[in-house]
Amino acid sequence: MSKSYYDPADLRKFGSITEWSEELGEKFFEYYNKVFEEGSLSAREKSLIALAVAHVRQCPYCIDAYTKDGLQRGITKEEMMEAVHVGAAIESGATLVHGVQMMNKYNKLSM
Amino acid sequence: MSVQSLKKRNNALADPVKQLEYLSSGIFANGELPTFKESLKKHKIETLRPTGLEILQINLGYMCNQVCEHCHVDAGPDRKEIMTRETMQHCLEVLRTTGAHTLDLTGGAPEMNPHFRWFVEEASKIGVKDLIVRSNLTILNANKKYYDLPDFFKDHGVHVVSSMPHWTRGKTDRQRGDGVFDRSIKALKALNERGYGMPGSDLKLDLVYNPAGAFLPANQDDMEKDFKKALKEDFDISFNQLFAITNLPISRFLEYLIASENYEDYMYSLVEAFNPAAARGVMCTNTISVSWDGFLYDCDFNQMLDLKVNHPIKHISDYQEKELLERDIILSQHCYGCTAGSGSSCQGTVA
Repeated sequence: MSKSYYDPADLRKFGSITEWSEELGEKFFEYYNKVFEEGSLSAREKSLIALAVAHVRQCPYCIDAYTKDGLQRGITKEEMMEAVHVGAAIESGATLVHGVQMMNKYNKLSM
Repeated sequence: MSVQSLKKRNNALADPVKQLEYLSSGIFANGELPTFKESLKKHKIETLRPTGLEILQINLGYMCNQVCEHCHVDAGPDRKEIMTRETMQHCLEVLRTTGAHTLDLTGGAPEMNPHFRWFVEEASKIGVKDLIVRSNLTILNANKKYYDLPDFFKDHGVHVVSSMPHWTRGKTDRQRGDGVFDRSIKALKALNERGYGMPGSDLKLDLVYNPAGAFLPANQDDMEKDFKKALKEDFDISFNQLFAITNLPISRFLEYLIASENYEDYMYSLVEAFNPAAARGVMCTNTISVSWDGFLYDCDFNQMLDLKVNHPIKHISDYQEKELLERDIILSQHCYGCTAGSGSSCQGTVA
C-alpha cells in the first residue's frame, strides 16, 4: 500500500474504476467525455471551469489534469489564475453570504 | 535553459544508443505500457513500409545560432557537422532522377551552411515544386551576411517554414532563449514586407508550433486561429498555415523530460493518444531524411538516433528509389510522438 493517500501516478489509473463496476464506470466516462465536448460553451471555456472547480474541490488529480489540459489548449497562466480566483471568490462569497443568516439569528435572539 | 549541446556537455544522452536503451527500458520493459510495435500490431499493422519518395528532407548541418531547450537535433553554435558541396551534388542528382516533389532543407540553421545559397539556386533550377527552408527566423537578423536572405528566398520562390512556439514573449523565450521572440517578430515583419504569408501572394510562410513543455499540442486548426488573431492584432503579422508538431522524446527534449520527472507521464500521454489512422499516414512512408554526411534515414528523428535505413543502400551517393522502397521502417518508442492524436509530421498533423 502507498504511504500517502494521494499518489500522482493514480491519476492515469482513473479508467480502471470500470474494472469493478463496468456498466456504471463506462456510463460515467461516457457522460464525462460528452460534457467536455464542444457545445454551447467551447471546450476551452469548459476546461477553465473545470480548473476552477478542481481548486474549490481541492482535488489534486483534477488540478494536475486541468492544468495540463489548459497548457495543451494554449490557455495562458494568467487565464488559469483568473479562473482559480473565480472559484475562490464564489467559495468565500458562499461563506460570507451565510453571514446574513448569522445576522438574522442574532437579531431574532436579541431583544 | 541549456547553453550548450548535450554533446558539448558530454551528457550520456548525447549517445543515441543510450537514448534508445532508455526508450526501451522501464515502463516499456516491464509491460506497463505497450511498445510501439505492439500498439501497431494491436491494430493489425504488422510493419510500416515506404509508399514512394515525395519529400527529400536534407539536414545541411547541426550548427545553429540558437540552443533551444527542446531541440531533437542537439543543435547549437558548438556543433561543427556541416554538409559538403559534394554531398549536395548527390542530393541534387536524386532530385533530378526521382519523383520527389518537395525539397525540405533543415538543420541546425540551414542558412549557416556555406554552400546554402548555391544549393538553393541549383535546386530551384531543377524546378522542384516545393522548396522548403526551415528557418529559425532569428538567423535572418543574426549577422549582416544574412540580412538579404528574405530577398534571396523571394527570388528563388522558397517556401519558408519557421518555428514559433507561442505568440507571447515569455513562452517563446523560455523555450528558445532570451530575445528570440522580439528577433523572430522582426524577421516575420521582414518576410511579410516581401509578400511572404500575405493574402493573394504565392510566397508561402508557415509557422511551426511545438509545445513549450511536457504536454501535447492542441487541435491544429484551433491553434492556427489563435496564432493568427494574436499575431495580427499585436504585431500586424500574417502567415499561411500553422503546423502543430508533437515533441518527440529524444535528445534534449528527452533530457528535459527525465530531469523534470515528466518522462513517464509524457509517455503515457503519447501511448494513450495513439491513433492508428495517424500511424497509417506517418511521414516516414513518403520521406527520406539525409544527414549532413549523406547517410539515409526514415526520418529526421531516426537520423538523430543514428538509425540508418534498414537496407544495404545507406548513402545518398548510392541512392536507388525502387530498391529502397523494399525496406521496413525502423521503429522504436519515440515513434509514438508521430501517432498521437491527429498525428504529427514536419508538415503538421496527418490524420
